[in-house]
Amino acid sequence: MATQDRKTTGTHPVEEEETEAVTPPAAETEASAETEGVDDLLDEIDGVLESNAEEFVRGFIQKGGQ
Amino acid sequence: MTVRRVMGTETEYGVLAPSLPSANATVLSSQIINAYAATLRTGAGNLSGTRWDYTDEAPLNDARGFAVPRAAADPTQLTDEPPVLDAEQIAMEGSGPAALYGEQTQDNPVLMNMVLGNGARLYVDHAHPEYSSPEVTRPRDAVLWDKAGDAVVLAAMRHITRMPGFAPVNLYKNNTDNKGVSYGSHENYLVPRSVPFGALVSGLVPFFVSRQVIAGSGRVGIGTNNQRQGFQLSQRADFFETEVGLETTIRRPIINTRDEPHAVAEKYRRLHVIIGDANLSEVSALLKIGTTSLVLSMIEAGTAPAVELRDPVGALQAISHDPSLEQLVELTDGRMVTGLDLQEIYFEAAAAHSRAGGGTDADTEDILARWSALLGTLKRDPLEAAASVDWVAKLKLLQAYRERDGLAWSDARLHLVDLQYSDMRPEKGLYYRLAARGQMERVLTDEEIVRAVSSPPDDTRAYFRGNCLKRFPKEVIGASWDSIIFELPSRRRLQRIPTREPLRGTRALTEELFNASADAEDFVTRLLTGSDAAVAP
Repeated sequence: MATQDRKTTGTHPVEEEETEAVTPPAAETEASAETEGVDDLLDEIDGVLESNAEEFVRGFIQKGGQ
Repeated sequence: MTVRRVMGTETEYGVLAPSLPSANATVLSSQIINAYAATLRTGAGNLSGTRWDYTDEAPLNDARGFAVPRAAADPTQLTDEPPVLDAEQIAMEGSGPAALYGEQTQDNPVLMNMVLGNGARLYVDHAHPEYSSPEVTRPRDAVLWDKAGDAVVLAAMRHITRMPGFAPVNLYKNNTDNKGVSYGSHENYLVPRSVPFGALVSGLVPFFVSRQVIAGSGRVGIGTNNQRQGFQLSQRADFFETEVGLETTIRRPIINTRDEPHAVAEKYRRLHVIIGDANLSEVSALLKIGTTSLVLSMIEAGTAPAVELRDPVGALQAISHDPSLEQLVELTDGRMVTGLDLQEIYFEAAAAHSRAGGGTDADTEDILARWSALLGTLKRDPLEAAASVDWVAKLKLLQAYRERDGLAWSDARLHLVDLQYSDMRPEKGLYYRLAARGQMERVLTDEEIVRAVSSPPDDTRAYFRGNCLKRFPKEVIGASWDSIIFELPSRRRLQRIPTREPLRGTRALTEELFNASADAEDFVTRLLTGSDAAVAP
């Protein structure tokens, strides 16, 4: 569902017919757009993750709760 | 049949000050409470209702008809005793938490509890900050006021970061540190006392064992101490050891028997659900609460499906450990079913029950439609549910990392993705990053959440509580779920207003009283005498 949302934004419905003729079949476009989206997402998350994963995860120690 | 009933949620947040590795968790938790108080002080001038009224608390009463003696209880079960921080603990962390909003004096002690203008409670529970939402009647409102709690603690975290001399405190809306410790995200549902407790147990156990399929938050690591590599559906599943019991911190039971209704005890029971994961996804949270309320309606009407698991705790863990959702578990009649099958059995029963009742309200239709659609999606391909289910969103992200970087499940970066999914800071929390990219389906708007931070729900006693705190901050000196305590110059004794009927004290009943009252004296007088006594909670 999210992938569809992303693709519909920015693609004007009117342009759809003309672009279809020059682009590869839908399945391939979908797959490559998906890959591109994932790469982009991972790039963003690389920049957000705490810098020393091992140390950070080891330091996350909680006391008991309910 | 309806999803509507009096209910609420409780979230214990994981707490960490990365630059103070050995910080006392209770002190860090109290910093959150005091920092939030500081953000309110900026505008409000006075803090009200900071004292919790423990009069009606009874954490050792068991729904099976007995009470555990205090001496026999685990100290963590005594939740009716206010926590205290001693000077030594505070000194260890440098500036005391009360310094977050001024000098620490006798009149300005470290706050361990607050009752908020939206009707919620924010307090230190053991070694975690906890937000308990106000009572609501609609599942969507339960999600809304639960999310308001995330906004409350975020405001507190931001305040601490701005204060010189304080190390930043991070909060995580998860349920385990992956080192043997778990902390809860609880739900509360009001049910009529007339429903036999045994019917609740038999009707709910197979449902709770399988509910993680639609509402688990996902976890990297198997076993309470992360003994085995891998991914599982639930944060909490490995921490449950028994089917029914009173404890919440040790020997955790699938069905908790604490009988502390916080309401008229002869009429109501409060079902205290401790088995859920803390959800970030609004859809997961909505379905977790909505479907549970529906199953309770079926139990009340005697139409819950008759399924019984041979080994509920084993089934809970086996289902959690298989993200392909193909794991079979055994029923007492010998049938082998998956977690999805169990959910379908419950859904079919709820749909039939609703049809037989001749239609339902819009909230119930919404839950039934979402539940049915999600089960269909999960059956086709679990990964297609990434936009609405936390465990799937998390798994999809983890799989992408594994594919790109060839990581084993034991890799620290995957554990970090798991942890950081629940980071409450929108710029750091991976749930929030996914949501910002439009990859998580929303149920609420950000504007609604902001409003719910300071406004109570209209349709329960939380409206009365929240508005008392907002209108009379000087005179309200204490509160609890079922009371508000006023201190008035004209009266020698404190005036305790009981609020034991959760469906009174609503906007419809008390808005005029609030509008007509000139001040707190007038308000209490009208409530206790005069013609307005009829609307008293």
